[in-house]
Amino acid sequence: MIQIKDLHKSYHMGSNSLHVLKGINFNVKEGELVSIMGSSGSGKSTLLNILGMLDEADEGEYILDGVPIKNLNEKTAARYRNEFLGFIFQSFNLINYKSATENVALPLYYKGIPRKERIAKAEHYLEKVGLKEWSHHLPSELSGGQKQRVAIARALASEPKVLLADEPTGALDTKTSYGVLELIQEINDEGKTILIVTHEDDIAHMTKRIVNLKDGVIINDSIVEQVRANQYV
Amino acid sequence: MFNIERWQEIFETLRKNKLRTFLTGLSVASGIFILVILLGFSSGIENGVTSEFQQDATNKVSVRTRRTTKGYKGLNPGRYIQLKDEDFTSVNATYDDNLEYRSASYSIWGGQITYKNESGNYRVRGVLPDEQFIENASLVQGRFLNLSDINEGKKVAVIGNKVKTDLFKGKDPIDKDIAIWGINFKVVGVYTDPGGEREESNVFLPLTTVQNAFNGGDNIRDMAFTVKMSENFKEAVELSKNLTLAIENDLKQKHIVAPEDTAAIRVYNTLEEAKKIYSLIDTIKAVFWFIGIGTIIAGVVGVGNIMIIIVKERTKEIGIRKALGAIPVSIIAMILQEAIFVTMFAGLFGLILGLGLLEIVGPHVDSPFIKFPQVDFKTALTTVFILVAAGALAGFIPAYRAAKIKPIVALRDE
Repeated sequence: MIQIKDLHKSYHMGSNSLHVLKGINFNVKEGELVSIMGSSGSGKSTLLNILGMLDEADEGEYILDGVPIKNLNEKTAARYRNEFLGFIFQSFNLINYKSATENVALPLYYKGIPRKERIAKAEHYLEKVGLKEWSHHLPSELSGGQKQRVAIARALASEPKVLLADEPTGALDTKTSYGVLELIQEINDEGKTILIVTHEDDIAHMTKRIVNLKDGVIINDSIVEQVRANQYV
Repeated sequence: MFNIERWQEIFETLRKNKLRTFLTGLSVASGIFILVILLGFSSGIENGVTSEFQQDATNKVSVRTRRTTKGYKGLNPGRYIQLKDEDFTSVNATYDDNLEYRSASYSIWGGQITYKNESGNYRVRGVLPDEQFIENASLVQGRFLNLSDINEGKKVAVIGNKVKTDLFKGKDPIDKDIAIWGINFKVVGVYTDPGGEREESNVFLPLTTVQNAFNGGDNIRDMAFTVKMSENFKEAVELSKNLTLAIENDLKQKHIVAPEDTAAIRVYNTLEEAKKIYSLIDTIKAVFWFIGIGTIIAGVVGVGNIMIIIVKERTKEIGIRKALGAIPVSIIAMILQEAIFVTMFAGLFGLILGLGLLEIVGPHVDSPFIKFPQVDFKTALTTVFILVAAGALAGFIPAYRAAKIKPIVALRDE
């Protein structure tokens, strides 16, 4: 599903140049649940942003579902993001003046799906994440866990090939985190490819594979025994 | 533009951001409102000033005489120059092509007029029929003097509105006899004059009648003409100036008056005065337009400012939308369409409010210099469109910049 070869990325801030990714190689097969770990500054978020086409690599190859992602113009990048990827952010990134349903329906709007169908689909996914009764609430009326569930529903709504989660539990307490992880595991069980960036060990062990990043290179990439989140909930 | 989905998205955004929508709208609406009021009062002042100086025909040339102040060709100063019927006839004949209306007059000062028990002092003037047009008088009742009145020396009178109210106390004056210095005249008409009360306290009699009845002989006190107006105002001013000089010259030669003696024979032309007034009106108009355009510029800057703030405030939202698959064009279109819709709606609202206020308050403005403040609807509508277009342009730049921001940068914005 994802093939990455010799990926490099530097940031330039004034006269300083920061080499963040120093040659990353890894592949993700369909249906995998991968966590990318590392301390802050290890380059894990940068890697995820490149995977999410939110940022561009300086060098190297990135193939997503057989499509090379290189020198995309804004329009194509936007279309690929819409078709291939679902994002889950640490700070949820919901639009605060839109209700849960409208937030979930937004990627479908950019897909060009008619309003009625959009709303129906959005409600279906909200039900899937267990927020059917909250569909008309604004993000400000929801708890952190609920917000993240809305964000997950939104990521799922456009039926992407890959879900990318950037510290999805970073802003949540442990109990809520496990709830969110349980949901992510369920989605993965249905066959969705999911990548999670995290620095929490317990969260990482709930995935099926851990990729360890340090100073811009992969120092460890291993399959782990998955810990089911539902045993904690 | 006709994408229903996008309109739904926009209306939803507007509905959920009421304060922002309201503030944007308010600045646009008040800008247009102020502009409409300004333009309205500018046209009101124009109307007022124009009508204030409309008491006589604007293209009038008048001739008056006094005593000479300088000796000339052996004649002593202090000689009274008396105009005669033949002076009038000769000016008339010489400049026939350029003259429109012509009248000569012989006035009696302090003419005491009596009707039954009422009496008062008014200016009594013996005139020719054309005087009506030279004085800009319009009839409210009856008729003005006509040629047969002049030829037959009839004892008829046309009185001003003021005279009518003073003497007749609301009764019908037509066919009633008024006495002037003991001679009876029959009232045949009542006139009104845009110049107001002072201009309406005249009594007009046939010139010949006055000359006969009051020992005038063939003397006349003054003459007045109007110049034929050409299409071009400048040309008309030039023509009337030349005519003035020529008539003055002729009369001075005929009456043996020194060319530099400006007091003895004076020929005025009102067109040159009118020119000054019109240029004053033009200046007033220019000032109002200047203020108006200033207001528009302030409005555009205001809208642009609000747009920048809106885009800034929505940076994160734009980032989210881009992450979810929005293309840059759709971001620009969304922001612009929203801005244009709000400014257009608010602009029209301000326009209607301004026009409405002028419509209601306009007729009640009680000042001689402001009359019928009104705005040309087309002008006002044009300014609304200018404001909308300029606002959109001012909004385009931040919208374009916002669409260019990398989603990752926009998402980091807190």
